Amino acid sequence: MIGYLRPDGRKGIRNTIVVVYLVECARHVAHEIAEAFRGGPVHVIGFPGCYPNPYAARMLERLCTHPNVGAALLVSLGCEGFDRHGLKDAVRESGRPVAVIGIQANGGTRRSIQDGTAWVQQTLAGLEHTPRVAMTPGDLIVGTICGGSDATSGLTANPAMGIAFDKLVAAGGRAIFEETGELIGLNHFMAARAATPALAQEIIACMDKTEAYYRTLGHGSFAAGNADGGLTTIEEKSLGAYAKSGQSPISGLLKPGDEPPQAGLYLLDVIPDGEVRFGFPNINDNAEIAELIACGSHMILFATGRGSVVGSAIAPVIKVCANPQTYRRMADDMDVDAGRVLEGRGTLEDVGSEIFALMQQVAGGALTKSEALLHREFILTYKSFTPIGPACLPSAA
Amino acid sequence: MTARVLPLLRLAASDKIAVAARDLLAGETVVVEGIELVLRHNVPLGYKLALLPIAAGEKVEKYRVPIGSATADIAPGDIVHTHNLQSDYLPTYTLEAGRKFGETGA
Repeated sequence: MIGYLRPDGRKGIRNTIVVVYLVECARHVAHEIAEAFRGGPVHVIGFPGCYPNPYAARMLERLCTHPNVGAALLVSLGCEGFDRHGLKDAVRESGRPVAVIGIQANGGTRRSIQDGTAWVQQTLAGLEHTPRVAMTPGDLIVGTICGGSDATSGLTANPAMGIAFDKLVAAGGRAIFEETGELIGLNHFMAARAATPALAQEIIACMDKTEAYYRTLGHGSFAAGNADGGLTTIEEKSLGAYAKSGQSPISGLLKPGDEPPQAGLYLLDVIPDGEVRFGFPNINDNAEIAELIACGSHMILFATGRGSVVGSAIAPVIKVCANPQTYRRMADDMDVDAGRVLEGRGTLEDVGSEIFALMQQVAGGALTKSEALLHREFILTYKSFTPIGPACLPSAA
Repeated sequence: MTARVLPLLRLAASDKIAVAARDLLAGETVVVEGIELVLRHNVPLGYKLALLPIAAGEKVEKYRVPIGSATADIAPGDIVHTHNLQSDYLPTYTLEAGRKFGETGA
């Protein structure tokens, strides 16, 4: 595995330029700039809201300075509330090339697309000289999610990903699982795995917050397709989702944008703090993927039973298909056939080893199915968080 | 490689339900850990089937973890799903429930 060395010493597995719209009104220009490099390492991310939000500002700062990112072009309309100067300064201080295109000041759409495209062209040439560096599994941060779940997700893909996670942690890597809204019912099982009693208390408090939040919203993190796929209740869905955490002790509790400080398994709290303000915590899977990436995840392991097709900007997504019927129907979108366990064509251990090997190939540059199909979904919405307390990261205290 | 492919998976010995490991057809006879059942319904992959009687109000366990409470008496061979099992935490959303919600104008 050979990665890209960043000025802060972090190592990336991709060398991408992000084109960042700072309000919906700038999104078209951002997409037109990236379209000139279709298929190339130029990804669009951004925030649609006009009104400022500290969570969104932190997310975009963490994403623009992610180890997989080599440079950032910020596209501003000019009158939005997002602090473009603060973001530009943060990217520059990270040692990355950065520029701001202000559409109003720059004379409108056409000239902004021209100027942005020229900047990306020039910057791409410069990125060819990014220093390369050897990487081991111990350098990796990997996030995991399940989406389009059915009753097979918890039988095959999630436990196999848990085995791969155990291998990653044993190799000195950092693993992040999340979807606290889909861990309801497992509260005390997770607390029992916490590295310290104080962390166990934090996990219980986090899960109480989660349940109260969804109760206010009226229903849990459960899509109609989950029931069609045989899942009956949120706690049954949770049970499957939980399997992807593997067997390692839980070393810490993160919030979006917090990077795990050292080797181990971490839980990411995705539920906003305080009163219910901005609607559903994560309106779809990509909102959670973006948060895992903002925590430094180099890549994402994604278990699906019904058959999700999404990828992501910035970090490759490895699709682990839980359902053998879905795999046969959608093999072009799936990287791993975990459902074969149900048909006696392998064991969970076989699939876990295959996933761990694939993670290293992807880190070395191999494209995932969703990457090759140019899936680069991204979404960021309003949220609010208070910072984590000292008990959440015992090893860093 | 495992050669043995079970039609139904009982994930823990104390579970009263099992999970279909493939699409099962009405009329099939299946044997799970000594319990023989003649299927009265088609059971799609991943769906749950009662192996033992479950009383209304009883917590239903999968892999030894409670996944909700029975809303009706459940007999061996019954499918266990949204019609007879509900969450102890949050209601389950289905498209059918969503349509009813829309009809009330709420």
